[in-house]
Amino acid sequence: MQIAETVNAEHGKFDHEVNVCVALGCLSQHSDQLKDALTKEAAASGKRCRVRQTGCMGLCAAGPLVLVEPSETLYGGVRAEDAKELIDSLGEQPVERLAVHRENYFERQQHIVLENSGYIDPEKIDEYIGRDGYRALVKVLTEMTPAVVIEQISASGLRGRGGGGYPTGLKWSTVAKSTGAQKYVICNADEGDPGAFMDRSVLESDPQRVIEGMAIAAYAVGATKGYIYVRAEYPLAVSRLTVSLREARRRGFLGTNICGTAFAFDIEIRLGAGAFVCGEETALIASIEGLRGQPRPRPPYPAMSGLFGSPTLINNVETFANVPPILRNGADWYSSIGADKSKGTKVFALTGRIANTGLIEVPMGMTLREIVFDIGGGVPNGGKFKAVQTGGPSGGCIPEEHLDLPVTYDALIGVGSMMGSGGMIVMDDTSCMVNVARFFVEFCMTESCGKCIPCRAGTVQMFQLLTKICDGVATHADLDLLVDLCDVIKNTSLCGLGMTAPNPVLSTLRYFKHEYLEHIEQKHCRAGVCACGSRVMAGEEVTA
Amino acid sequence: MSKTKLATVWLDGCSGCHMSFLDMDERLLDLSSQFDLVFSPLVDFKVYPDSVDVALVEGAISSVEDERKIHHIREHTKFLVAMGDCAVAGNVPAMRNPFGTAAILKRAYTENVSAQPQIPCVIVPELLEKVRPVHEFVAVDMYIPGCPPSADTFFTVLTELLAGRTPDVGSLTRFGA
Amino acid sequence: MTVAADVKTLVIDGKHVSAGGDQTVLEVARENNIFIPTLCHLDGLSDVGACRLCLVEVKNSNKLTPACMLRVEEGMEVTTTSERLRHYRQTILELLFAERNHVCSVCVANGNCELQSLAQSQGLTHVRLPYRNPKLDVDASHERFVADHNRCILCTRCVRVCAEVEGAHVWDVMGRGVDSMVITDLHQPWGESSCTRCGKCVQVCPTGALSDKGKLGWDHPKHPEFLTYLNMMREAQ
Repeated sequence: MQIAETVNAEHGKFDHEVNVCVALGCLSQHSDQLKDALTKEAAASGKRCRVRQTGCMGLCAAGPLVLVEPSETLYGGVRAEDAKELIDSLGEQPVERLAVHRENYFERQQHIVLENSGYIDPEKIDEYIGRDGYRALVKVLTEMTPAVVIEQISASGLRGRGGGGYPTGLKWSTVAKSTGAQKYVICNADEGDPGAFMDRSVLESDPQRVIEGMAIAAYAVGATKGYIYVRAEYPLAVSRLTVSLREARRRGFLGTNICGTAFAFDIEIRLGAGAFVCGEETALIASIEGLRGQPRPRPPYPAMSGLFGSPTLINNVETFANVPPILRNGADWYSSIGADKSKGTKVFALTGRIANTGLIEVPMGMTLREIVFDIGGGVPNGGKFKAVQTGGPSGGCIPEEHLDLPVTYDALIGVGSMMGSGGMIVMDDTSCMVNVARFFVEFCMTESCGKCIPCRAGTVQMFQLLTKICDGVATHADLDLLVDLCDVIKNTSLCGLGMTAPNPVLSTLRYFKHEYLEHIEQKHCRAGVCACGSRVMAGEEVTA
Repeated sequence: MSKTKLATVWLDGCSGCHMSFLDMDERLLDLSSQFDLVFSPLVDFKVYPDSVDVALVEGAISSVEDERKIHHIREHTKFLVAMGDCAVAGNVPAMRNPFGTAAILKRAYTENVSAQPQIPCVIVPELLEKVRPVHEFVAVDMYIPGCPPSADTFFTVLTELLAGRTPDVGSLTRFGA
Repeated sequence: MTVAADVKTLVIDGKHVSAGGDQTVLEVARENNIFIPTLCHLDGLSDVGACRLCLVEVKNSNKLTPACMLRVEEGMEVTTTSERLRHYRQTILELLFAERNHVCSVCVANGNCELQSLAQSQGLTHVRLPYRNPKLDVDASHERFVADHNRCILCTRCVRVCAEVEGAHVWDVMGRGVDSMVITDLHQPWGESSCTRCGKCVQVCPTGALSDKGKLGWDHPKHPEFLTYLNMMREAQ
């Protein structure tokens, strides 16, 4: 707590804080050079201001982003050349030319997981502590028994944010009750859905929050060893995690005698080699054990027999990130947010045909329409909204008619999609839904581990049938066969990857069957994406 | 009651199924009272009749000619039987599929030939890129796997079919039998 | 009075049966002459639940479960045969036949192949799916054995018998998805690998993928049952 005071005193020394986003989206637009330019200009200006690197501010489409405190002015598309003008404006009128006005975008959101994103330097643990970081861990270790912690998590109504939505408290209590000399806590950061970058952003912007969540979980279930399984394709997240783990050890939040108590816990990073299937918990465990990343049938569940045969708790990044605020503010506070049976907030990565591409966090129960149109700003360039794809390759496409659906675990499943980890891809009338289904099936096909036959060979057959439909050479019999294969693969595959691989096909068939039939009967692709469309057009020219 | 009009067809196969069919020997004589053989490589009919009750098709679909024939046969046949593994699954003719037609023709007509190596372009029908079983082109009503299906299998199947019943083929034969 | 051993009773296909506490449904079914098709399972090897042929329905569970890995529970009600299961099993076999080049008529295992006999027992007379016809190698570099990847169904029995029984772990799986392959060592030719020439993998291979050089299946049937005997003798020691 002393640290918090020092940090806040440090803040008081400056009139202005200039926060530059250096998460991957903005970094790819050279925000690091921008930061250097700003630092130089700030020093030259003689103003009492400080330029800091921070994490994601959400509105990735408008990057590189700069947030000036305390005026809370957000600038977008800032180049190194703009640095002088920006520093000069501090304490004066903001630079209107660069200011970003997206009131709707920010006002409709509610940040819990992302509360520190954009406000702290992700590589400085003290800044995290300055914003109430590790208060929850100290409270847990000094005031609460593991049983009380689990009770709090259960009462909060938190459900797994990795996709399945399994009640977190129930998972924790199962691991706590399992017997074993050694127990493990694993953070699943093997985010692999196309178009999803929630976990990456959290790890890049506020890694300490995940570490704190894991430490609390370890205390609750009785684990002494933790692993963060993160994809090697996220080098920035890996390097921030490495720094953060070191910092956390230095401050005594990891290691032995944590916060002066008898509790001991440490975390190691394990890099995934880019196999999507390693996001499946049993495959992830096999990968950490040094084996081929293949799933195995459950039961036994990892909670009973997981890593090296010991009871293991696996949660994803966002789930752990929710833990500290829950214990800090109480379960009642958390369960008052969100919807029935889907408590709290959810982070979504908005991508595709949408004006405000970026990362958002909204209370659950908000409707898809609010997310897509109010926050996302709708389809740009006058395009017409067609569908929103949620849940990654395992999810489904939701059409306009279901846009007023509240976003909850159960409502999304009800319309043939799922929450998934939070990817949200918006499509307009330039997308062919058969082609979209084909894209996701191709993804599952190439990511199949090859262990069980329905997934290994079935996805290939599905892909070939979808290609036939796209090419305008399929028959009704092919469509029947495709539907039959979907049923077989869904019900006989070994793990979640195979079981959900048919979902993109099933959901597009449910809402866009007419597009399939047009490809088959008229050899026509209304979006003009598939080759069959052009072929028919060419044919018409000949006959005319 | 008129006799069942039976046809047998020989596409891309080794004729082993027809040999096995003939292996029914004297039992053929008993059966023949119940059908008229209206088209077959075993008899001398040049044109496939307009209306055939049962056709036993041996062989896979390998060439443009096979493809044309099978569509014609399907159009004029009430009950089409895929006879033997080539018709049912592609079998040995389909073993060229992994290599591609060009490589196969080159191997057969140029690499292994000493006198006048050349790939034929007239008379010999053009090969399809892949050899496919019959049901990938037309609807098939019954499958008799086996390489070849035994004479006993043929006898049971034909006896049942001629009596208007559907035999349980799976219990009689299998792939490669 | 001592507590009785851990015995459970359950119902399989309407038949009341008893089982030892840690037995699998597959073991109990076989003891009671109830046939459940399997490919990757082999008595004497660990189970992986990969072939999905032994999937059974369990009452009050909406998920199908592989019988080879399903531990018995008191009062469990299992259905091993239904129209739905039959359809799924047939389709799985079709997927297998279409995946590589299983040309039974010219296969060394013809007449002695588990895939072939399963097709017959499950009533599969043709494959609805298009054959993929991939181009795959035959590894004849070993002086005694041949590996024909065209016939491999990736059941991984060879991998397991080599690692678990022979203790050599020469075989493993390489690649992903439909491109997965069993390999020897780090994808060296079999003949140049660290193979101990014990031949266990050939005996447990359910198809013609692994075979003895110069021997044909129908007069040289494989004897995977050596495993149970071997395990029994090892336990007795």
